[in-house]
Amino acid sequence: MLKFLFSNQLALGLAQAGVAAAAAIVVVLLARRRQVHLEGDTVVAMVRGIVQIVAVGSILLVLLRGPRWTSVFLLMGMIVAAGATSARRAKGMPDAFRVSVWAIACGAGVVIALMTWAGVIDTAITTLVPIGSMIIANAMNTNGLALNRFRSDVLAHTGEIETALALGAEANNSVSPYVQASFEASLIPAIDSLRSLGIVWIPGLMAGMLLSGARPIYAAIYQFVVLAMIFAASGLTSLISTLLMRGRIFTPAQQLLLQPGRS
Amino acid sequence: MSVSNNSCILRAENLSRAVGAKILVQDINFQVSRSEVLAIVGPSGSGKTSLLRLLNRLDEPTSGTVYIEGIDYKQIAPGELRRRLGMVTQRPYLFPGTVEGNLQFGPLQRGERLGAEGVEALLLRVGLAGYAHRDVANLSGGEAQRVSVARTLANSPVLLLLDEPTSALDEASKVGIEALLRSIVKDHGLTCILVTHDIAQASRVAERALLIQDGRIVRSGLVAEVLHA
Repeated sequence: MLKFLFSNQLALGLAQAGVAAAAAIVVVLLARRRQVHLEGDTVVAMVRGIVQIVAVGSILLVLLRGPRWTSVFLLMGMIVAAGATSARRAKGMPDAFRVSVWAIACGAGVVIALMTWAGVIDTAITTLVPIGSMIIANAMNTNGLALNRFRSDVLAHTGEIETALALGAEANNSVSPYVQASFEASLIPAIDSLRSLGIVWIPGLMAGMLLSGARPIYAAIYQFVVLAMIFAASGLTSLISTLLMRGRIFTPAQQLLLQPGRS
Repeated sequence: MSVSNNSCILRAENLSRAVGAKILVQDINFQVSRSEVLAIVGPSGSGKTSLLRLLNRLDEPTSGTVYIEGIDYKQIAPGELRRRLGMVTQRPYLFPGTVEGNLQFGPLQRGERLGAEGVEALLLRVGLAGYAHRDVANLSGGEAQRVSVARTLANSPVLLLLDEPTSALDEASKVGIEALLRSIVKDHGLTCILVTHDIAQASRVAERALLIQDGRIVRSGLVAEVLHA
């Protein structure tokens, strides 16, 4: 219907954004009727989202005409931003920002570099940046989930952890069940995405490739490639972040820093 | 400075701990001799548990230190220090699995393993003979606390730190655990520091006592002198 009303692409885009936002606002109003107040957070998140994505789109417009190496700086910037975002999920955990940046840089960065080197990801900015950003964004989510779960597990089990310490266990051994549980839990979304690929959802990248005229079989295979890369990057990120954080929640004298009421 | 008195197992020297502006423990000095039972008593929130946590270095003192058999405890690896100063807490915090799995936990941390006889001997000591393969999920509160005591003893500690070990138990279990602790101390000459708010229990179990208020020792001496002054 909107296509008949708007001939200009920009105006059409804004109208589509308005309709999609209206759907979100309806949900917020329904929640409000049930005494769940999401108004402030949702409005701020939607305004931030549209401003950020339009700003990034404008920057990309300039950068896409630049040399290929500029994509490295773009991806590095994304990694730092992803680290800052997911560190918020680790409230009260020592050094959360640095741990997150290192974990995402090593997890997502290594996978992007290896796959680009192997020719799985094209070096053109128009390919490397969007696919790289997908990998980084998923690594960010996994990192946030892993640190959040690790934090809540440690806070819920300080008695067990300190009992293990009091029995002579090394600090790392005393939290190993919670490192393992956090790692497993953080990978559930990535595993479910792989498992339900093509049955529950057809991801945006594949839809985009189909719309731009790619052969359906190649688009389908490449979607699997992207999800496998996301899984590898997410797993590596989660592993690194939980192992790095494991060492930071204890003092050098193996005393648990993360305690209820202290964080 | 080290302590040369051979019978002295533990000596706390000017021990203090503050978190932010809050002083938990202030300028504590005392010592415990071999085979002695010392009770630390005081009202809730007086700093008893905070002091006990400083003794096996689960928390770091803001100032002062502790000497274990004459050695500054900051020179002892934390794992080894905690193995030597066994701790039994108010709640047993058993690890999921069997009773034997819990008893093996401490020895496994230093690459050792208890034999079947060793496990059974420990269980006999705490009155739970034949319990080795039971799932800890099916134990009563009193049985769980006995397993906790046996698990601590499996590390062959030189001193036991007991943090209100009976306060979470019903009356019958409380009497049983107290009798068990008395027999362990009497039969094996184990040195103990017992934190309790129960003055009657302190009188029954300990020889000397420290009365703590607002993180400071306000009285110390023989149990009768301290508790009934």
